[in-house]
Amino acid sequence: MLKNRIIPCLDVKNGRVVKGINFVDLQDAGDPVEQAKIYSDGGADEICFLDITASNENRDTIYEVVKDTSKKCFVPLTVGGGVRSVDDISKLLNYGADKVSINTAAVQNADVVVQSSKKFGSQCIVVAIDAKKKGEKWEVFTHGGRNNTGIDALEFAKKMEESGAGELLVTSMDRDGTQAGYDIDLMSKISSMVNIPTIASGGVGDLHHLVDGIKLGNASAVLAASIFHYGKYSVKEAKEYLDSKGIPVRI
Amino acid sequence: MNVTIVDYNSGNISSVINSFKEVAKDKVNIKVTSDLETIKTSDKVVLPGQGSFKSCIDGLNSINGLIDTLNEFALESKKPLLGICVGLQMFADIGYEETETKGLGWISGKVSKIDNQGGKFKLPHIGWNEINIMKDSKIFKGIENNSHMYFVHSYEFVPDDKSVILAITDYSTNVVCAAEKQNIFGTQFHPEKSDKIGLKIIDNFINL
Repeated sequence: MLKNRIIPCLDVKNGRVVKGINFVDLQDAGDPVEQAKIYSDGGADEICFLDITASNENRDTIYEVVKDTSKKCFVPLTVGGGVRSVDDISKLLNYGADKVSINTAAVQNADVVVQSSKKFGSQCIVVAIDAKKKGEKWEVFTHGGRNNTGIDALEFAKKMEESGAGELLVTSMDRDGTQAGYDIDLMSKISSMVNIPTIASGGVGDLHHLVDGIKLGNASAVLAASIFHYGKYSVKEAKEYLDSKGIPVRI
Repeated sequence: MNVTIVDYNSGNISSVINSFKEVAKDKVNIKVTSDLETIKTSDKVVLPGQGSFKSCIDGLNSINGLIDTLNEFALESKKPLLGICVGLQMFADIGYEETETKGLGWISGKVSKIDNQGGKFKLPHIGWNEINIMKDSKIFKGIENNSHMYFVHSYEFVPDDKSVILAITDYSTNVVCAAEKQNIFGTQFHPEKSDKIGLKIIDNFINL
């Protein structure tokens, strides 16, 4: 039986780990390679790096981080943030990423998703959707949550599946950093709409939120940052909790 | 000993290289190349594969003489060869991803899309799944039954002769996830991404 995945996410800026609250107020807190190794040794099913300020700054540091991490962690490594072109994807994969997540570039030009999934295979193309609720709908945001595109998130999810995305990483901008739990309504709507796996993100404050993301949001995987990063829970504790709630996990 | 990872533009092979180097340490020489002479004189060959069946076969065909060299290595010299993911799938006679494409024909069978039962099962099959070991193999030495391995694929290898099946995994159907025919080994899952237990399989292959 396929297991639900727990994916700790490390926000990286200038080669160092940070975790923002609603994408601002950054606190420096560690070496990404060491952190990733701790997570993979602790049973993380995948590791995710998000180069948060990559759109604005020199992002060469991320390549070294990816290179060093991939020599020490033998679980899948997803890298995102500031990925603009097929060349960027190629470079990250060559440095040792197993999957690349695309956000702004996928919104601006779906062809990047089409071309990269053809060239490298859908299995390594993750489209990251940052969505915020507006009335009865959700709208897609880009540039680390700064720009509202007005695009309907559900329609966009479908379009990305058709363009060749292998997975969708869905982040609720309303919940991110709040520790109030995932936006279950958003997750379940997108999960039921597409036939590719979805990853729930944004808002985890406690372990039962992970359960909700899978049971109610129908996500294949759950991503969290701060609850792991600040040592509130270990990945192992999270897995044991999910297991106790009847969710299949790799222990 | 020399182990060669075949580099034929099959997508991302960094993780395969990293994992083999990690396991090999200084004991074994790991080479990454499409050079025919290096492949011929290797003790073992690893055939990775990402992307579609068609793109991988096209990749092999794009290097003059590569398929002949691999045929010679696997079928005449009968030296150990490990196919990973699409690397395994290409052992088949035919694949149906993108378009009907002829495979290497080393283990008769076909590669077809996993039945998602009308959307009940998401594709790709991504994540950790348990392997059900059907037959003892040297590459499974020290691997417990129902160990978790990391999968990423939408197509499955369906061999004609079921006796080549080493292990299956449960996803919609019983998906063949490891096969062995004499000196030819293949895994549908990614040992290079399956943590310590995956590295153990790589170690077993290197020590064959």
